[in-house]
Amino acid sequence: MLELKDLTYQVEENNEIKTIIDHLDLNIDDGKFVVITGPNGGGKSTLAKLIMGVKELTSGKMIFDGEDITECSITDRARKGISFAFQQPVHFKGIKVLDLLRLATGKNISVNTACEYLSKVGLCAKEYIDREVNSSLSGGELKRIEIATVLARGTKFSIFDEPEAGIDIWSFQNLIQVFENIRKTVKGTVLIISHQERILNIADEIIVIEDGKVKKHGPKDEVLPELLGTADAVNRACSKMS
Amino acid sequence: MLDNIQKQLLKEVADLYKMPKGAYNIRANGEKAARNTTENIDIVTKEDKPGIDIIIKDGTKNESVHIPVVLSESGIKETVYNDFYIGEDCDVVIVAGCGISNCGSHDSEHDGVHRFFVGKNSKIRYVEKHYGEGDGSGKRILNPVTEVYQKENSYVDMEMVQIKGVDSTHRVTKAELAEGATMIVHERLMTHGEQKATSVYEVELNGEGSSTDVISRSVAKDNSEQIFEAAIIGNTVCNGHAECDAIIMDNAHVVAVPKLDARNVDAALIHEAAIGKIAGEQLIKLMSLGLTEAEAEEQIIGGFLR
Repeated sequence: MLELKDLTYQVEENNEIKTIIDHLDLNIDDGKFVVITGPNGGGKSTLAKLIMGVKELTSGKMIFDGEDITECSITDRARKGISFAFQQPVHFKGIKVLDLLRLATGKNISVNTACEYLSKVGLCAKEYIDREVNSSLSGGELKRIEIATVLARGTKFSIFDEPEAGIDIWSFQNLIQVFENIRKTVKGTVLIISHQERILNIADEIIVIEDGKVKKHGPKDEVLPELLGTADAVNRACSKMS
Repeated sequence: MLDNIQKQLLKEVADLYKMPKGAYNIRANGEKAARNTTENIDIVTKEDKPGIDIIIKDGTKNESVHIPVVLSESGIKETVYNDFYIGEDCDVVIVAGCGISNCGSHDSEHDGVHRFFVGKNSKIRYVEKHYGEGDGSGKRILNPVTEVYQKENSYVDMEMVQIKGVDSTHRVTKAELAEGATMIVHERLMTHGEQKATSVYEVELNGEGSSTDVISRSVAKDNSEQIFEAAIIGNTVCNGHAECDAIIMDNAHVVAVPKLDARNVDAALIHEAAIGKIAGEQLIKLMSLGLTEAEAEEQIIGGFLR
């Protein structure tokens, strides 16, 4: 289980302290498929980065499987079983897809095994395995490779930061299927940040983050109708105005 | 014959674990240590100055020549002149390279002057690796000069690698290309400590339809210094591209000087140069896969210099 206790994250902007995460408390149970959603700028991605250790907490505590990881580095957290698929995957000149998957598994896996991970994210493995992870790959391709590195690690806690961001609608359709498959097959806890109804729809739990706080947290069947209701209400209001 | 240090150096510079197949000439501490010639490839010692002539007959295909040099005694300084006469319609691989092991207090220096005369329609792959080791205070110095004269429709692919242990290097590479000739250069360089490396390329595209692609990737660590100069001169309808991509670390200093000189309206010349540190996002991504920061750095550099 991941326990976040009284988390606060502040940054200084123009000599002013800005609070991005505001005394946030949250527990995420093992084996759950959890989707975090909420308005832009509400602190979702920041929260994910705090969990991975990419950003440092201002105050608060993080307990993972009973162990205090508040002071742990990214490497330590990764080794304890947390993985992260970045919203904007980075390029590596000279590092091939196969190399990256080998680094992810920490083993000298065979080409066949690596290909299986690529197939899981809907990439035709043999076309990609020897490609460099550089700008010759499209945004959608990089995103899938990024997701494949997290699947290859197979850790007990996997975070996906807005997997749908920056990809075209065609790639998106396939990506939804990828997550539907992950939903069925993955063993650990999955935490996805998303705005997409189809991803929200396959969640066990939905967490709404707004103004750096947990606004709602509950089973999908409870939270989703409320969210959609709000959206419907807005749409109706807008249509009346036009 | 070769001692263990020399054998180790050979492994580093020429991937040789034993005597190679085909033609070879191994030079150790300023002397000829071994030589083999074949029906198509002759190697002759020069009489007027140190060095050899490598003569490759017309139509020689799928053969290789290894001409590594090793220095394991401290204080040797030598300039060696090697000329390659490559006939027409050949397809050969030439592996050169120099390894210096200097455990003494005197500087060791090898300056190889290589000239290539490449015949019509011939295809050459040239691999040159430089490597230094040894914990003596004497410097390990390599100043190679390479001149390439390419006849019509010839193709030269050069791979120049210097990854470790050379204190000072000043490399000059000049090429002149006739009609339809192509020259590709891949240079990989890593400097560390107080090392200094200068690499100067000058490629003249003289024949119609000639082309060149000079690509350098380098990593400069510690207090090391690198200077990369690439000049492409387009005298006719031709294509030229130079690219310098460097990772700078610690207190290193990197200078990239691309120069394009077009003397014809149909000369299409491009240069690209980029110098920067390892991106923080790259380190973070690899650390999120469980690597330490040092391991992540090693992987990024290893990939970059591959």
